[in-house]
Amino acid sequence: MLQGHQSWVFKTPPAVLSSAAVGGPFEARGALAEDFDLLHDDLYMGESSFEKAERKMLEEACSKALEKAGRKKEEVNFFLSGDLINQIISSSFAARTLSIPYLGIFAACSSSMEGLALASLLVDSGAAQLALTATSSHNGAVEKQFRYPTEYGAQKPPTAQWTVTGAGAALIGREGAGPKITAATIGRVVDMGISDPYNLGTAMAPAAVDTLQAHFRDLGFDPSRYDLIVTGDLGRVGHQIAYDLLIKKGLEIPADKFVDCGLLIYREEQPVMAGGSGCACSATVTYGHLFNRLRRGELQRLLVVATGALLSPLSYQQKESIPCIAHAVAIES
Amino acid sequence: MIKFLLAFIVGGLICVIGQILMDLFKMTPAHMTVTLVVAGAILGGLGLYEPLIEFAGAGASVPISSFGNSLVKGALAEAERTGIVGVLTGIFEVTSAGISAAIIFAFLAALIFKAKG
Repeated sequence: MLQGHQSWVFKTPPAVLSSAAVGGPFEARGALAEDFDLLHDDLYMGESSFEKAERKMLEEACSKALEKAGRKKEEVNFFLSGDLINQIISSSFAARTLSIPYLGIFAACSSSMEGLALASLLVDSGAAQLALTATSSHNGAVEKQFRYPTEYGAQKPPTAQWTVTGAGAALIGREGAGPKITAATIGRVVDMGISDPYNLGTAMAPAAVDTLQAHFRDLGFDPSRYDLIVTGDLGRVGHQIAYDLLIKKGLEIPADKFVDCGLLIYREEQPVMAGGSGCACSATVTYGHLFNRLRRGELQRLLVVATGALLSPLSYQQKESIPCIAHAVAIES
Repeated sequence: MIKFLLAFIVGGLICVIGQILMDLFKMTPAHMTVTLVVAGAILGGLGLYEPLIEFAGAGASVPISSFGNSLVKGALAEAERTGIVGVLTGIFEVTSAGISAAIIFAFLAALIFKAKG
């Protein structure tokens, strides 16, 4: 189980019985539109606020995942979820609807992989037969909370990223067909002193590198084990920094095997500055696009390192630097 | 014609200052706006902003720095009429139309429109 200092290797690798991704109008025009199970053409999605729309997507992703696996929510032992809205209301309110015993988690945009790692741990240890993990973010809700409401029209520098509107969910079971979760590495909080919320990729890159180093040290692998190593939402700026830092640390990953969810999700011509971000960035790309590739056999071994910036609107206003974290999960087909 | 050109250049230069404050000094939009208002107020208090408006017209009267100038102008004019308390009562005298319009029209817009995200 525990291997090395901070990694888990699962004895009977839990299976991803099903997974689902839901997206908004901007994602529908993105590069991975075909990998979403459900796409909305309106940012409100028939709700009266962006926050309610986010909750709706989270609920939809969960029901879609259950539906695809042919399972009922009553069969699921635990629901693990996190999001970016204050006090993780999207997750908790969705848990109210689902009424599955609920563990609320917060690791900012790395909540997706924290949830997947913990759900796999619960299932592998026998603490659960079925665990559902999900996460969501909404561009309108997140921009308003962490930066400025979009209508305010504040200028964004080229290092800024675009919060993904969407939700992703995965149902993890003890046995069954589907990609297997083989290992996970829990990251440390790393803070290199960046305090600009328009440059989160730079702030998060060292956390991704720290977790990757720990993963390969604990498991005794080198990066060539994986067909693809995917960071969560470092964006153009952060991903390049992580790539360079890894080379400096002696962990060279070939550029064609090292990608970022925030760079995969949108098209080149979409005005997303440095790329996508938000909890839904790694969640929708992993649970939609990447798992589909595993299921199709295009990928055998995948490592997803979701990154999270653990700032709050208050810590930013008080000019504190941005602590960051990254969690890695290895999935094999 | 030269008046248009001067308005364009001076107004543009004030915006360049704002852009520099945001890009190089990492100010937030609110900090930058307030800085320009304070700068306009100081220049107004020193009697330097009115000549700038005469020189550049709308190039100096439209940017937010003009708001700082107007605040000081109202306060000083009222202070001359009614004494030191006039600084307090006069500060929004010239600008009250702009402030009231901002509040009322923002309210009306909020009633009619919904954030698009």
